[in-house]
Amino acid sequence: METFYGLFNYWIVIVLMMMGFYMVIAQHNLIKKIIGLNVFQVSVFVFYISMSKIKGGTAPILTDGIEIYSNPLPHVLILTAIVVGVATTALGLALTVRIKDAFDTIEDDEIAILEKEDQERERGTIS
Amino acid sequence: MSTQLPALQVVLPLLMAPIALIIRNPRFVWMLTLIVTWTTLAISLSLLMQVLDSGTITYRIGGWAAPWGIEYVLDKVGAFVLVIVSAIGSLVMTYARRSVEQEIPAERIYLFYTMFLLCLTGLLGITITGDVFNLFVFLEISSLSSYVMISLGRDRRALTAAYRYLIMGTIGATFYIIGVGLMYMMTGTLNMADLATLMPAIADTRVIQAALAFLTVGICLKLALFPLHLWLPNAYTYAPSMVTAFLAATATKVAVYILIRIIFTVFGGVNVFEILGLQNILMTLAIFAMFAASTIAIYQDNAKRMFAYSSIAQVGYIILGLSFASETGMAAGIIHLFNHAIMKCTIFLGLGCVALRMGGVSIRDMYGLGTRMPWTMAAIVVGGLSLIGIPMTVGFVSKWYLVRAALEADMWPVAVLIVLSSLLAIIYVWRIVEAAYLKPAPENAEPVSEVPLSMLLPLWVMALASIYFGLDATNTLTIALDAADILLNGGLQ
Repeated sequence: METFYGLFNYWIVIVLMMMGFYMVIAQHNLIKKIIGLNVFQVSVFVFYISMSKIKGGTAPILTDGIEIYSNPLPHVLILTAIVVGVATTALGLALTVRIKDAFDTIEDDEIAILEKEDQERERGTIS
Repeated sequence: MSTQLPALQVVLPLLMAPIALIIRNPRFVWMLTLIVTWTTLAISLSLLMQVLDSGTITYRIGGWAAPWGIEYVLDKVGAFVLVIVSAIGSLVMTYARRSVEQEIPAERIYLFYTMFLLCLTGLLGITITGDVFNLFVFLEISSLSSYVMISLGRDRRALTAAYRYLIMGTIGATFYIIGVGLMYMMTGTLNMADLATLMPAIADTRVIQAALAFLTVGICLKLALFPLHLWLPNAYTYAPSMVTAFLAATATKVAVYILIRIIFTVFGGVNVFEILGLQNILMTLAIFAMFAASTIAIYQDNAKRMFAYSSIAQVGYIILGLSFASETGMAAGIIHLFNHAIMKCTIFLGLGCVALRMGGVSIRDMYGLGTRMPWTMAAIVVGGLSLIGIPMTVGFVSKWYLVRAALEADMWPVAVLIVLSSLLAIIYVWRIVEAAYLKPAPENAEPVSEVPLSMLLPLWVMALASIYFGLDATNTLTIALDAADILLNGGLQ
């Protein structure tokens, strides 16, 4: 059981990662897909933060009497990754707005039908 | 000054992007972008000369020593890819003005060029950095800007193509940082050279094997290795013409470069192909890509989509070359990376010209174009012949080396498969030739004139390059063989 509690954070990471990934694959709604993508990315953030924790360590601030502290580098890396994630989400949502304008729906399966019609119309006008 | 070139290479387009945003005037923005791209080409050429003369260049960002600071490292492979990216960038930009004016609404043109500059920054940065996390940042800079460029296509399907690429690309990039995180857990470093020295001791652990698996799958999503290619056909078909030409020639190639870096530099001291059976997986998928994608290409009515599928097949050839893990195989992969960039750029630039005059690029649009737009169609045919691998074109050089690598490895069935899959390329290239030269133009066809010189010139520079480097492959081959040698014998040293 110790391994289970000892690796608690990593279990959470895996559960979140799989939930997010499943949402991206299984959901037809474009917004829900982006939410899934966010959950997926957050799991990676948790993963990085967890691995920087050192047993008995405090916050990495340089003052007297502090010998053991958490590794600050993964925190910094994840700050960068969060920014990237925000940009990706913003772009994804912006695209969804444009898709809503152009197709009048944000359901993946309905869009697929409309796209197929587009393609057939293209063939039709050509031949 | 010359010691600062590696940083300048990336910083220049990065800083010019917001300036382009301020200028706004389409014409001036285009001129600024043009100057930037040609400057980066000059810088990368001089860097290549330096690398060929005096070996690997390292540059410490901000003066922080590696492995703590971020280090830029440029060896022969990197310098070679850098030249490919910046050369394609500058030629495509020379060509871009007319094509962009026609395909993108005037009020968005400056945004488009800003995105192009950012994408160029990302691609150059990936190539030059020696830090695995820095690479992720550049990867996302280039990916995010290419999603935007694709979504600017005229067809509404460009939006969904960009969206799907965004979802799959982000999953790929996230897999990549999971892999990086696992490596960091085990080694405590992000520097590629440092990772390479620490890796052999811990290569047998489950964590590193998981890291390798995540990295490979993530990168293969980005480079569109069959069956992870689903984002590519629509993205290439509906993107603006010049974006297709630029991305087809650079984005997937740079992703291949990341794979090379991870497998042969970071995992350089480890026999990666033994653990996980990576060699068999990559080789099988590559061969599937060559056949499946070429076969699908034959049935396409839209020429852009046809050549998008052909790109997936060509990525297969590159990965096949790498998966031999022999010097000839590596060299074949690297040389095909260069050659495919040239020929795909030729073809997509040519299709951009067709789109400019005809408004579409379906096979029917090309009926009788052989006489009406002789220069454009001739260039497309040169690119097509090169795809097949006719002697005296670049395609022949890479196919020749691939077959040789297969024979050296005693895998003659693979050699036969390479030749057979080339026959499939003949069929789809023939469909273009047939439409352009043997079918008559439709009776009510409006007269079309050849495209302006500003588009024809870059197109023919690319077409002639694909003949020139096919006739005299000495230079490129020497670099590719050297690069393969460096990669197989210890990476960044």
